[in-house]
Amino acid sequence: MVSEAIVEQTERLSSLDTLESEAIHIIREVVAEFEKPALLFSGGKDSVVMLHLATKAFWPGKVPFPVLHVDTGHNFPEVIDFRDRTVERLGLKLVVGSVQEFIDRGELAERADGTRNPLQTVPLLDAIQRNKFDAVFGGGRRDEDKARAKERILSLRDEFGQWDPRNQRPELWNLYNGRHTVGQHVRAFPISNWTELDVWRYIERENIELPGLYYAHEREVFQRDGMWRAVGEVSQPKPHEDVITKLVRYRTVGDMSCTGAVESDARTVADVVVEVAASTLTERGATRADDRISEAAMEDRKKDGYF
Amino acid sequence: MSTETALLETGLRESTLFRFATAGSVDDGKSTLVGRLLHDSKAILADQLDAVARTSADRGFGGAGATGTKAIDLALLTDGLRAEREQGITIDVAYRYFATDRRSFILADCPGHVQYTKNTVTGASTADAVVVLIDARKGVLEQTRRHLSVLQLLRVPHVIVAVNKIDLVDFSEDVFRGIESEVQQVARELGLGIGSSTAGISDLFVVPVSALDGDNVVDRSDRTPWYTGPALLEVLETLPAADELESHLESFRFPVQLVIRPQGALAPDAIAGGLDVEAYRDYRAYAGQVTEGSVKLGDKVTVLSPGHEPRTTTVTGIDFAGRELTEAAAPQSVAIRLAEEIDIARGDTIAAAGTIRESSADLYAALCWLSPKPLREGARVLIKHGTRTVQALVRNVTGKLDLATFNLEAASGLELNDIGHAQLRLAAPLPLENYLHHRRTGAFLVIDPIDGNTLAAGLVKDHPGDHEDERYVI
Repeated sequence: MVSEAIVEQTERLSSLDTLESEAIHIIREVVAEFEKPALLFSGGKDSVVMLHLATKAFWPGKVPFPVLHVDTGHNFPEVIDFRDRTVERLGLKLVVGSVQEFIDRGELAERADGTRNPLQTVPLLDAIQRNKFDAVFGGGRRDEDKARAKERILSLRDEFGQWDPRNQRPELWNLYNGRHTVGQHVRAFPISNWTELDVWRYIERENIELPGLYYAHEREVFQRDGMWRAVGEVSQPKPHEDVITKLVRYRTVGDMSCTGAVESDARTVADVVVEVAASTLTERGATRADDRISEAAMEDRKKDGYF
Repeated sequence: MSTETALLETGLRESTLFRFATAGSVDDGKSTLVGRLLHDSKAILADQLDAVARTSADRGFGGAGATGTKAIDLALLTDGLRAEREQGITIDVAYRYFATDRRSFILADCPGHVQYTKNTVTGASTADAVVVLIDARKGVLEQTRRHLSVLQLLRVPHVIVAVNKIDLVDFSEDVFRGIESEVQQVARELGLGIGSSTAGISDLFVVPVSALDGDNVVDRSDRTPWYTGPALLEVLETLPAADELESHLESFRFPVQLVIRPQGALAPDAIAGGLDVEAYRDYRAYAGQVTEGSVKLGDKVTVLSPGHEPRTTTVTGIDFAGRELTEAAAPQSVAIRLAEEIDIARGDTIAAAGTIRESSADLYAALCWLSPKPLREGARVLIKHGTRTVQALVRNVTGKLDLATFNLEAASGLELNDIGHAQLRLAAPLPLENYLHHRRTGAFLVIDPIDGNTLAAGLVKDHPGDHEDERYVI
């Protein structure tokens, strides 16, 4: 019975085609049902893939929403440059929420450990309210973290941006319920079902440009918490931390103060696909200091309104 | 087969996607089975395993296992929320991902105790297959019957019953055969496992496993020599996905999500960068996802819109991001161009001509009630079907299913986790189709108009006395 059914099958979509189709369906649903969506765009690979999917969803029209970036002030300069070039090329509007401005105004305090990723929540919610965004697309994936594994594709947030994991709407078939009341908004995660490897295989297949630091390059680094940290304005070695030049690449691109590089000689996208397929560490475990704070670090941040 | 030869440049094989869900209670060892599948298929990476091993040790789980795998609590791999870890239970559906050479899997891990209907219905709604767990020491329980009832109702294409903890009954063939025949008996009562793929669940597998030790999970075990069937993962790798089974059997259905008309009322810079503005001056296409069947260039299609007579026209283009396709099948997202310029908007349905009934404002349905707020007759609700949301009035509740016996009992309302039958009147007609034959266009959501919450999963049933009469076909 099983073998017969397989013989009968028509040409089958690949897993990447199926994931792409699902993501485009979700992006179109959100654009059709919400008044004012925006896309979180950091220049990181997941948000670059999201933007690529949005351009395909509305072709030959242009992407019908602005992009939003929460700038920690500690971003890699080449990523900011990439962000600006991409926005320019696609003719999009860019809205920036600045962590630095909140710190300067005394509305946020620098953390003792120097990492600014958890500080993004307040500027994010401020930008959402100020611009009256009712839906915000994110490139979050369920394979990234245990808490994200439980999040819906359309995730309802209250006035404070909070996520209530115990009180989520069931998500059935391909019918997404985005209804919300005044003050609430929805975070939409169209690539929820993609893995890190899917993202990289898609980048390869679609020939998508990424910031150069995703590929192996020589960089001055020092070791901290078992990770290679780049030497930069906001990331200075302590006296006992030796600076050496290594061939590295980044698996995730976040704040310079908490994102580590991995040793790698993967100079092309094809090399990276092979490397990711063989990796024995998760991308966040390998490269994010902010997720090492506790077993439930991501859940705690999300409950407070993080992506 | 084409997928066998379609190698990527990197040498990785192009795989297909398969969605499955697990159903069972904590005591059946469901989380352990999921953890075992992920662990033995190498989907658990070293840092995740380290974290789980540390937590297991902190809680004094197990002893020093000879292989090192017994000493960790595999359930911790899936119970991700703080409250779940603290209480040792699974609260919510968790999604997990792993891949073998043949397939990429999306696993919806559905907790089985308190809100089992809500969680099972959610996981099963998109699943190509569901794995139901039975504790070999306990056999078929009332909960097993309930799970199988829900799966039959939702028309999940494949059901796999994993008889777990087979090690705790000394790998006894007699125990296994007893449970197997009991499962088959229940399946017969429900009409499950004997239908074709278009009427009920198409097949049923029963596999003896030990999630704790890994017997028959990824590899066949030599401790169950009397079992000659495939291991659980082999079953999952070879079953056809729902779209493979259905897309060539079903008629084309395409709910319009939005109209792509960049030069319409919009500003002249609405065309994507790099494209020739003149070339797309009159471009007009209908964007959506093929929910059922397939469509080819030149096909005759019928457009159903509320307030219009059904209109028939021809497909002149199938576009996907600058590529012109000659055909598209479920579940592809595309944009369709039609021969005539007719007024089409979001919420309209494009269907293969001559295959769809006229829209109806009378809705008969099975409702899986998922909200703590109960259903009462006379309630005003919203119905989301395809890409349309309409107001509706619940005229009456005609009965409630006893999931253990599958009998319909008298009822005037529905509570959380109940499944019942109801009659609704819609404010605008919808192209409703029987869920039994249309797993997509026969499905809808019931939404609370006040707070927007999802109240129920709805499955369209035929009107009483109406057997898809020819005269309805347009």
